[in-house]
Amino acid sequence: MKKIVYITGVGQSEVKRPSLKSGAELTIDACLEAVADAGLQLDDIDGVACWPGDNNNGAPFSPIGPVGLKTLLGLDVKWFGGGYEGPGPIAGIINGAMAIEAGLCRHVLVFRTITESSARLKDKTVSTLGKIGGKSGRDSNPLWMNYTPFNVHSATILIAMYAQKHFHDYGLTSEQLGQIAMTCRANAADNPKAIYKSPMSLDDYMSSRVIASPLRLFDCDVHCDASTAIILSRKDCAKDTRRDPVLIEAVGAGNSQPWSWDQISLTHMITRDVAKNMWSNTDLKPKDVDCAQLYDGFSILTLIWMEALGLCGIGEGGAFIEGGQRISRTGEMPINTNGGQLSGGRTHGLGYVHEACQQIWGRAGDRQLTKCDTAVVAAGGGPLGGSTLLRRADL
Amino acid sequence: MSQILPEITDENAAFWQGGEDGKLMITQCDDCAFYIHPPSGFCVKCRSKNVSPKPVSGKGKVASFTINHQQWLPDLKTPYTVAIVELVEQKGLRFVTNITGCDPETVHIDMPVEVNFQNHEDVWLPLFSPVTGRTAS
Repeated sequence: MKKIVYITGVGQSEVKRPSLKSGAELTIDACLEAVADAGLQLDDIDGVACWPGDNNNGAPFSPIGPVGLKTLLGLDVKWFGGGYEGPGPIAGIINGAMAIEAGLCRHVLVFRTITESSARLKDKTVSTLGKIGGKSGRDSNPLWMNYTPFNVHSATILIAMYAQKHFHDYGLTSEQLGQIAMTCRANAADNPKAIYKSPMSLDDYMSSRVIASPLRLFDCDVHCDASTAIILSRKDCAKDTRRDPVLIEAVGAGNSQPWSWDQISLTHMITRDVAKNMWSNTDLKPKDVDCAQLYDGFSILTLIWMEALGLCGIGEGGAFIEGGQRISRTGEMPINTNGGQLSGGRTHGLGYVHEACQQIWGRAGDRQLTKCDTAVVAAGGGPLGGSTLLRRADL
Repeated sequence: MSQILPEITDENAAFWQGGEDGKLMITQCDDCAFYIHPPSGFCVKCRSKNVSPKPVSGKGKVASFTINHQQWLPDLKTPYTVAIVELVEQKGLRFVTNITGCDPETVHIDMPVEVNFQNHEDVWLPLFSPVTGRTAS
């Protein structure tokens, strides 16, 4: 990596459960805020990136893709791209950065919109995997068809098996795992946009119903309607924007394993491939990280990412998070400082990048960390995974 | 109807339909004997195209599992056990299935299991149950 890509602005719509705004309205709100935050005009944007894009005819998991956005905002772009098949929920950041490094673009608008909350009001089964049907109502998806005949209707079931394996191999306990959800809830109390802000005790966590053992309701993230947008700028062009843009120090997109949920490592999924790849792109080390914004679609994924990224030892995540102090905002490795997706809302990927930038820029309000120069973001579960290392940098 | 069935293709037919003859069929490389799953026409180990489905023992162990309590669809009966079973033939040769024929609370990682088949239309789902101590008849 040439290290010439900077984040120069961020934006986010309201985060609601549900929002009365459409996916398009939320997207416009987020993108206009991000462009203004960077001090740019829409005419300055010459690239658009998104994961996964509109990969299912406007389905609520991702109702708007790059072509939809480009048309909505009337953009004149030199490059645009989206698609599910990439390094997970922050693939838009990675692809956008590549477009800039390749010399195709100056300012890329990366965004991610999700409207699962309002969709679930109409149909609670809207997100179940069983909704995917081929000819004669059969599952023809080359991946999911191996799981849905066995009543795997949600990724929850697959990820619960990774959690079970971690409990078995490393001795992780429910009381330890509960600290992820409790920490996110405590952080959400200081995020005005968060969905759930009321305090959560260990008793609250332990008494929440089991969804798929050992995962409980509070191990699963909360659906919302929201859009998040991030502006990436080439180094020489970033000088015209914010005075203190955030450098994309490194990205991780490695993948040595099959694209599958049952053929990959059951203890670490794809995370160690991604982490190894990211650290190979930088001279920084895990000890340089001030905070970690790690995917918590399910709590166990945050723990697995912590281990894979070297923020604690492999198999030592349970002991590291025990009691919650180390991962709190005053601890040695604060995580998910805006409440994550568990309590903040399932913005699905870019919310972590947004929060990392707010912390580095000192704009996180009541939840601002004392020191945050470097942040790691990682997102995904199963075969999906990508990461990025962000740091404050003077141009 | 919560029972979802897979679309049968030339490549996966032996796996999903072998149960009609009581056989669990796994694609194997004819050159290096490596098992490939899910079924495909290419050996990822020696990169040979000479692969074909072969019957395996149907014995394995639970690599991981979960007891699902959530009613994802209106007519879904809960709880039920989803597992990833690793077959004895090869390390890492595994797939998602259900564990039946026992109390879900007795399922554990490394539990020895053996295959049985559940027929729906032209599909024989390979399910697994604990190995019983029965003697050969």
